[in-house]
Amino acid sequence: MTMPEQRRLIFKHIDEAGYTPDLACYLRNGGYEVLRKAVQRKPEDLIDEVKKSGLRGRGGAGFPCGVKWTLVDRKSGKPIYLVVNADESEPGTFKDRYIIHQDPHQMIEGIMISCWANNVKQAFIYIRGEFPEGARILERAIAEARGANFCGPNVLGTGYGCEIHVHRGAGAYICGEETGLIESLEGKRPYPRIKPPYFPAVLGLYQCPTIVNNVETLCHVKHIVDMGGAAYAQIGTPNNTGTRILCVSGHVQRPGYYEFEVGKVTMGQLLNEVCGGPLPGRKFKAVIPGGSSAKVLKFGERFKGKRKVGAEMAEYDWSLEDVPMDFDSLALIGSMGGSGGVIVMDDSVSMVEALGNINAFYAHESCGQCTPCREGSLWMKRITARMVHGDARPQDGELLKSVADQIAGRTICAFGEACAWPTQSFVAKFGDEFKEYAALKTDGKEAAQPLV
Amino acid sequence: MNLKPETLAQIDEVIPRYPRKRSAALPLLHLVQEDQGYVSREAIEWIAGKLEVAPIAIYELVTFYPMFRQEPIGRRHIKVCRTLSCALMGGYRTCREFEQQFGTHAGGTSADGEVTVEFVECLASCGTAPVVMIDEELHEKVDISRARELSARIKAEAKK
Repeated sequence: MTMPEQRRLIFKHIDEAGYTPDLACYLRNGGYEVLRKAVQRKPEDLIDEVKKSGLRGRGGAGFPCGVKWTLVDRKSGKPIYLVVNADESEPGTFKDRYIIHQDPHQMIEGIMISCWANNVKQAFIYIRGEFPEGARILERAIAEARGANFCGPNVLGTGYGCEIHVHRGAGAYICGEETGLIESLEGKRPYPRIKPPYFPAVLGLYQCPTIVNNVETLCHVKHIVDMGGAAYAQIGTPNNTGTRILCVSGHVQRPGYYEFEVGKVTMGQLLNEVCGGPLPGRKFKAVIPGGSSAKVLKFGERFKGKRKVGAEMAEYDWSLEDVPMDFDSLALIGSMGGSGGVIVMDDSVSMVEALGNINAFYAHESCGQCTPCREGSLWMKRITARMVHGDARPQDGELLKSVADQIAGRTICAFGEACAWPTQSFVAKFGDEFKEYAALKTDGKEAAQPLV
Repeated sequence: MNLKPETLAQIDEVIPRYPRKRSAALPLLHLVQEDQGYVSREAIEWIAGKLEVAPIAIYELVTFYPMFRQEPIGRRHIKVCRTLSCALMGGYRTCREFEQQFGTHAGGTSADGEVTVEFVECLASCGTAPVVMIDEELHEKVDISRARELSARIKAEAKK
């Protein structure tokens, strides 16, 4: 297998010299042409294109976008809202930041096409509070687009009106969860809602049908409508169509963002060739492939079994380096593609300490609504912190696992899984390190690179 | 409430954007905090009145969302990312350097009241770790020597 080239669809203009976030630059590069064509077409046709494209959500869950749109209750007589999830809060993920800061009009065009397709009259961009400059750039871009009738009361002379507003969050991870986000947008604490009955497609913002899509997902919609759903489905691999931005951070020579056709690059190619391999004198030890809540993978592991290739079942026998970076392959080996945030750890890292870092994050970010998550995330943080800063006991791994096992599946939202999966997978794969941590840790002296 | 005329104008502009007034709670809290440096009890009651909700409905937001504060902080605000990707690249040492430079601890303010240092969760720039936000500006790859340079700049600006 030769090294695949990047295919930059969404990131085509990111870091391009002379490319600026203003409307004039976007128009010079063919901007809003797809919207012009879209508003000449029937909304149902556009939804069909998105369905045909096989586009899966790029925020984390990988849910098919066309299906999400189809589930929207269009008979209620209530307004339909589009909410753009620009909360980008999953640790390890940093793709939407560049779209927002460098190519905001691509995002606005995607939003407007999606609004037209779904008869949305009001869209909100929920952007994380830590992007104040991004919020200003978006506000400016929306004002420019409105001035040129790409959004606003009369979109391109069609008589169709749609307003977009920017709404800033205030530092809470849970606002990335779609129903928590909706609560936050309603001016409340972002406590996720229970499903059923509160599926956003039926009972979302103000109890109205609501579509919540990630920034990158909406940018893909623009390209799908441009080239047609069938053509888009040819990009990538079956059931994992299109391109995907992979964000690589941690211990590699060249961290950064890379856009590939989904499934056309393997973990080994990505980390060794694209990212230049481990830091000098180091070896890869572990990788979290889809944002910090995804289950950790261990270098040296082998994955065997049968999988569907086209219509047939085929045997696979992969090292971690062989695994294609797509939704289905990463799910097959017990983790997930999630948000595309790939966090790499080399052999200098203590897995107990790395888990301690992650546990501190989730304990800080639990909204506190469900007892297993509120208490459990804190206990896991305390246990790992004690291991690092106090007494580590050989049975701590089992203790951690028992707490994690009592969270997942017992909470209103997926945060329960998000905070349990790191602990479950770290202990399952690096159990010996947890048993021996007391002997391994540098007594009294601080770690070379403190993580907790 | 003694808000600047610009702030009041922005507040009046932002409320009608939403189908329901209460949705403007976060925007109003941001605007008031930017104007006054923090969200006082008086501000909570004022916003509640403006949005026609009980003060508790605003107060519970201030206590939940990490970016809102009920006490003034330093004139300059340094936020160092604590989360995994940054920590792997030295975020803890970067934070300690800022703490030492300004003689405080994470969450605290320098003795002269000028600089607040905070150790915060993921700032979503993991590929350029460790990252730091100073006021509203992001700084990338802030190792110890870069932290010293940034600290020197902050100190020089404070003397002016």
